[in-house]
Amino acid sequence: MITLNEFTAKLELEFDDMEFGTLLPTTDYRTIKGWSSMHALIVIAFLDANFDILLTGADLKQTQTIGDLYNLMLQKK
Amino acid sequence: MALLTTSHISIKAIVSCVPKHIEYSSDYDLFTEQDLNLFIKTTGIKERRVASNEVTCVDLCYTAADSIIQKFGKEDIDAIIFVSQSPDYFLPASSVILQNKLQLNKSCLAFDVNLGCSGYVYGLSIVASLLQTGHLKKALLLVGDKSTISTSYHDKSAYPLFGDAGTATLLEYDPNAEPWHFNLQSDGSGKNAIIIEHGHSRHPINQSSDVLHQIEPGVKRTKKDLALNGLDIFNFALKEVALNINTLIESTNVSKEQIDFYLLHQANKLINESVRKKLKITEYKVPYSIDVFGNTSSASIPLTMCYKLKDELLNGEKLLLLSGFGVGYSWGSVLLKTKHIFTNLVEHD
Repeated sequence: MITLNEFTAKLELEFDDMEFGTLLPTTDYRTIKGWSSMHALIVIAFLDANFDILLTGADLKQTQTIGDLYNLMLQKK
Repeated sequence: MALLTTSHISIKAIVSCVPKHIEYSSDYDLFTEQDLNLFIKTTGIKERRVASNEVTCVDLCYTAADSIIQKFGKEDIDAIIFVSQSPDYFLPASSVILQNKLQLNKSCLAFDVNLGCSGYVYGLSIVASLLQTGHLKKALLLVGDKSTISTSYHDKSAYPLFGDAGTATLLEYDPNAEPWHFNLQSDGSGKNAIIIEHGHSRHPINQSSDVLHQIEPGVKRTKKDLALNGLDIFNFALKEVALNINTLIESTNVSKEQIDFYLLHQANKLINESVRKKLKITEYKVPYSIDVFGNTSSASIPLTMCYKLKDELLNGEKLLLLSGFGVGYSWGSVLLKTKHIFTNLVEHD
């Protein structure tokens, strides 16, 4: 099973526009400078492709940090 | 389950028509440089064709249809069907206007179909059902949208996505043609995911219709403008499209490898790449036109065929899987074999 740190690092690789080390498990991702709905699409695609988990917009609204996303992934797995 | 098979139909020609005017994503005022890079990465859209105020979807479809008639004649065209969500008028039906404009015989049947991104596949199923008995000889399927008329320039979640296009497909009764297989689906619970709220019977135009609302930073629109919930649409597409295609393929004796090309509605590159990976098909088999035309609604599949597969479709036989999905939600796929289809891409002033 992927750890929270591995999950965070893997997700960060999806964002070409993000500097290495920007994402931390505690990062409130919506507060990242330039965060947009396009990033949210990338998160949904990432979870679908890597963990076969399909999040809705409502699911995503319940999360705030990368750790929340990770926990949601575990919950839905 | 709307898995259905039609017989004895072949596509003879497809012509797509786009406006000459190009809008580049890089020129869009509301994008920062970071927005632009991310937009191009996720949607794939670098430029789009936008029709002037005077040009409608009917005009684009007319130009495409006229081009087909010039080459193949109009004898035996017994049906004309217009699939669009941007007709010229509330009434009469645009197909009837086009029957007259194209000077087709009065014995020709004509009606409109109100569907968006699934419209080409649904249109093919309707025409195939009409023609397969052999009583009608040929039909023109006119499909497209002028989506730019209903998007707010101040809405960066919608405005830079859509391009305008009209297409014409000539189909004919062909006793030697192989069967076509369809899988058509719908789910109206997604009605709010893509919607224009005001302007029809549920919410006629009133004083509030023109008020510009700030939805979020960079997203301002009126109730007459198209509203789009990108996350819900994305979720829908990931959940349903590959499943629909797999169900169709499994219902036939065809393997995925035997299919030459998968023509997916050009919604957004991230969606289409996700679907492609789910289906485990190679990049070569999934052509794109979204980079230069944007999301052209129901026109996107025939437009991609004209833009990317001209030689392949003209020479020899091809087994194609077409999949349209979007507003409604409405979605569907068709598996069909083509033989020597003439295609062309023309521009409208």
